[in-house]
Amino acid sequence: MHELGIIQEAVRMALDTAKARGASRVLGLRLRVGTMSGVVPEALQFAFEVVCRGTPAEGAWLQIESVPAACWCSSCAAEFECQDFLNECPRCHQPSGQLIRGRELDLTAVEMA
Amino acid sequence: MVHGPEHPHVHSSEAGTGPGSHSQVVPVQRALLEKNQRLAERNRGFFRAKNLLVLNIMSAPGSGKTTFIEATAQALAGRARLGVIVGDLATDNDAARLRAAGIPAIQVSTGTVCHLDAAMVSRAAQQLDLDSLDLLCIENVGNLVCPADFDLGEDLRVVLMSVTEGEDKPLKYPPLFHSAHVAVLTKCDLAAAAGFNRDLALANLRRISHHARIFEVSARTGDGMAAWAEYLLRVRQAPKPDD
Repeated sequence: MHELGIIQEAVRMALDTAKARGASRVLGLRLRVGTMSGVVPEALQFAFEVVCRGTPAEGAWLQIESVPAACWCSSCAAEFECQDFLNECPRCHQPSGQLIRGRELDLTAVEMA
Repeated sequence: MVHGPEHPHVHSSEAGTGPGSHSQVVPVQRALLEKNQRLAERNRGFFRAKNLLVLNIMSAPGSGKTTFIEATAQALAGRARLGVIVGDLATDNDAARLRAAGIPAIQVSTGTVCHLDAAMVSRAAQQLDLDSLDLLCIENVGNLVCPADFDLGEDLRVVLMSVTEGEDKPLKYPPLFHSAHVAVLTKCDLAAAAGFNRDLALANLRRISHHARIFEVSARTGDGMAAWAEYLLRVRQAPKPDD
């Protein structure tokens, strides 16, 4: 539901970045989105085109790099990849509540001209 | 993947013919929620200066947030004064109901937005006389998905789950339950009628909300509300990490 607001913020940041560097157009954006960020990449793509329309980012590309989630197991002092909040450490089978990756929602690159 | 300067971009003809017309890829590192995060930290500092304990109360629609807040105010009567910011897509029914019970309340109509954000809370807080309050309850929009991503500047994230909703809510909406400091089972007076499996619900909660303190209450009968009120008073007295 809130993908629209998030992509609006991404486009706003990209346009600011371009303006600060004297570029007149934004040609593309790269985002990093964690698998546990609660944001659906398809919904971002869908909203992106609409948000760019009528701005210097019209027609820009959007690339979304997905970041797999990982938890930290304090007993094993090691991380393990996880799909959701239920996963146990594959070594000691203790549940871990410490998500160390997977909630990313970042703008990482802007192509401009 | 990405057009480099050695491959003149299709748009360069529109931008002119000078050296600046070639496209360049600029690496940046910015969190898309940084604006909300910044405002949330500002709220947090402001609320601390006012010596307020701030709760972000989240649940599905109909879990009993408003009734729970009313009962909380009642349980704290004479010991702590409570104010409320209520978020809903439309109507000010909840705020009107709280005000009728003598609780200062401001309604935020979010329109089509499915969660409260830090800016909305900041604007609403200015309409409350915060100096006359000890506790600020922010009743989030009834939604178990979107509020998980938005810090409002609260001290405690409180998630409610009623016994009529089924025991597997935490498994279905893990991010929000995972982020909670406190989980409250509400409408416990209806547990038998709803065929509620308490052990299963608690096991599911503990599985997802590893660190959450769990309370079981009935706002209608008042069961469990005294323990909840004592907990709030204790947390309010405890020194904050940054103090």
